[in-house]
Amino acid sequence: MNKSKLGLDQRKVDRARQLARKIAEDVQSFADGYTTVAVERTICRLLGIDGVDANEVPLPNVVVDSLKAAGVLGQGVMFYVGNAMVATGKTPQQIAEAVADGSLDLTKVPVSDRKKREEALKPVMDGSLERIRQRRSRREAYLNTLGEGPKPYLYIIVATGNIYEDVVQAEAGARQGADVIAVIRTTGQSLLDYVPYGATTEGFGGTFATQENFRIMRAALDKVGEEVGRYIRLCNYCSGLCMPEIAIMGAFEGLDVMLNDALYGILFRDINMQRTLVDQYFSRVINGFAGVIINTGEDNYLTTADAVEAAHTVLASDIINEQLALLAGLPEEQMGLGHAFEMDPMLTNGFLYELAQAQMTREIFPKATLKYMPPTKFMTGNIFRGHIQDALFNIIGIWTHQGIQLLGMPTEAIHTPFMSDRYLSIENARYIFNNLKDIGEEVEFKEGGIIRQRAALVLDNAVALLEDLVKEGLFNALEKGKFGDVKRPKNGGKGLDGVAVKGENYSNPFIDLMKGRR
Amino acid sequence: MSGGLYSMDAKDFDKTLDLTKVKPYGDTMNDGKVQLSFTLPVPCGPEAVEAAKQLLKELGFNNPLVVFYQELTPGYTFFNCYGSTIHTVDYTSIYVPKVESTVMEMKETDEYIRQNIGRKLVVVGASTGTDAHTVGIDAIMNMKGYAGHYGIERYDMFEAYNLGSQVPNEEFIAKGLELHADALLVSQTVTQKDVHIKNMTELIELLEAEGLRDKMIVVCGGPRISHELAKELGFDAGFGAGTYADDVASFVAQEFVKRMNTKK
Repeated sequence: MNKSKLGLDQRKVDRARQLARKIAEDVQSFADGYTTVAVERTICRLLGIDGVDANEVPLPNVVVDSLKAAGVLGQGVMFYVGNAMVATGKTPQQIAEAVADGSLDLTKVPVSDRKKREEALKPVMDGSLERIRQRRSRREAYLNTLGEGPKPYLYIIVATGNIYEDVVQAEAGARQGADVIAVIRTTGQSLLDYVPYGATTEGFGGTFATQENFRIMRAALDKVGEEVGRYIRLCNYCSGLCMPEIAIMGAFEGLDVMLNDALYGILFRDINMQRTLVDQYFSRVINGFAGVIINTGEDNYLTTADAVEAAHTVLASDIINEQLALLAGLPEEQMGLGHAFEMDPMLTNGFLYELAQAQMTREIFPKATLKYMPPTKFMTGNIFRGHIQDALFNIIGIWTHQGIQLLGMPTEAIHTPFMSDRYLSIENARYIFNNLKDIGEEVEFKEGGIIRQRAALVLDNAVALLEDLVKEGLFNALEKGKFGDVKRPKNGGKGLDGVAVKGENYSNPFIDLMKGRR
Repeated sequence: MSGGLYSMDAKDFDKTLDLTKVKPYGDTMNDGKVQLSFTLPVPCGPEAVEAAKQLLKELGFNNPLVVFYQELTPGYTFFNCYGSTIHTVDYTSIYVPKVESTVMEMKETDEYIRQNIGRKLVVVGASTGTDAHTVGIDAIMNMKGYAGHYGIERYDMFEAYNLGSQVPNEEFIAKGLELHADALLVSQTVTQKDVHIKNMTELIELLEAEGLRDKMIVVCGGPRISHELAKELGFDAGFGAGTYADDVASFVAQEFVKRMNTKK
């Protein structure tokens, strides 16, 4: 850390990290003992299984559900598909099709020698890993030739429900200066325990995340990127019940940014905590390998809890998320830890508090590509004041060197953005980012002043909360509503029935092949 | 864009306020001034500006003025415009249905329930259907409330259950029965493609089919919800932007008492 402009006590930051490490290790040792339907479907996809059956059920679901129904999910897909490959000589895709048409029962296939299974599986595994590596090199080649916009990256959303209409909006946004295009998912997709298939043109408040939709948007952004001479990043969501599965689809199709946060799913989508923390681990291993920046959802705590009172919960959770990500081999540069500008605009000196917290987050995570969320809770439909709230938010973004600036829209809380809303928001950000470019290097904060005191207080409170969490464990803390004022039971929520203890034949070699590698 | 800083328009219209013929007010009574912004799917240029002006005339604006335009992406042009509308409304003949209860503060409502009902009222709330947003139901129910208005959980005389988001209507009703709810509160934030209308209609239909509709007070709320819409869909009341737990709690308490009295 460079010299702190806030006079932050580095020993306290180190202490917070040590505590978070313990919490993360606790979670990890739990997660290591389990697999889930989503993890196994992800492995199916890594083995080249794709497409849908006659009833439009994705083949990875067909395969995994057949194992779950037979009560052998815990032995894993690698074991059964490997055996079937040795016994039949078929590809995993052909095997999945045979399971779908009822001609093959995976659990009835003779168990082969472990070595033979591994030999049969290796070529398909290598093929998938190579496919991801190529995607990654393609991005790097673009960054070397086209280059990218300066940070904070301008992040805008498209959400028409129709992927082809999304393309029109995304191209317009890129031409106006956006660096990251996020395709918002349709309402409710996070609770689907499968990923829909093919290009889609109908959605509510967003567009289905499907591998084909990813491909369509990636191709469009590459084209418009070449036109504007700037690589345009594509963002989607591997949160919800299909975290690793969507991560792998994104890795195959060259996505650059993924929302990826189990805590968010637990608190705001009522997804079972055991399920999603197991899912998250594999999804982060994949994102790390694919060079994808993850975005975490701490900003959302402040939409339910008060942004002044609960600021330390955001910091504590960011530090835990950082440690969980490190355990999954995700480099710091790929951590888009979330925080937000969500205080009541009528609060006296609120801007100073926001500035203090954003600067504090920057200093505590110097390498992270921090994700900074705009005001949403106090956006009222007064589009004129809203535009000013967004301007204040943009000032802090450039001042404190945020990584990804999610652009606020004056019409937040009214509708998904019009093309013109995006234009106005991008214009707002570009004006401010240029006009105040070096303010962060010029201005220091008064010793003992409001800003330094605020940062110190939030850090102190975060350390205290982390001390508490170490004693409790993360699961208990979530049960007690320590984050976002939302309480979630360990055995409640959606998706618990898709969790299984790993059996004696279980293996997921992709963890070792991908974790911390590129 | 050479409109000039000061309007030199002749102001030779009648400047007296007539509530049977109300017009927008810019800086002079009856000037009819309206500001608009919109995008036309046409390339930027003089034809685009002319298209915007013609559209304004079609919309009933005199003196259409395009003060700013900008191509957003090839083939799409954004406009900021002003015009003087020729239309008027008769304010004197307007009738808007409103929630007919007196808004009381938390302590007053608690006291009202103590005196008139003598037991706690049970309310069950949720953001129902596919709606994943808890912000609305939380603002009304959470202990802390919103913008200085405490939520229903803080009231002494309410037993409040917040089921969170994405609660299917069937589950919502089942929970309401299990908890012996006196009132159901439905929050709807997502309104794209009128998904909220469909969902709220379904709730009422389910309640009617089960013969439960008259057994509970059923209210809805959300940024795009009006009392009129709520009544139309068969709810007892609707609470839109700018209403808080006070409004909802007062209504539920007073409606409950009203029903008690009519049953006698």
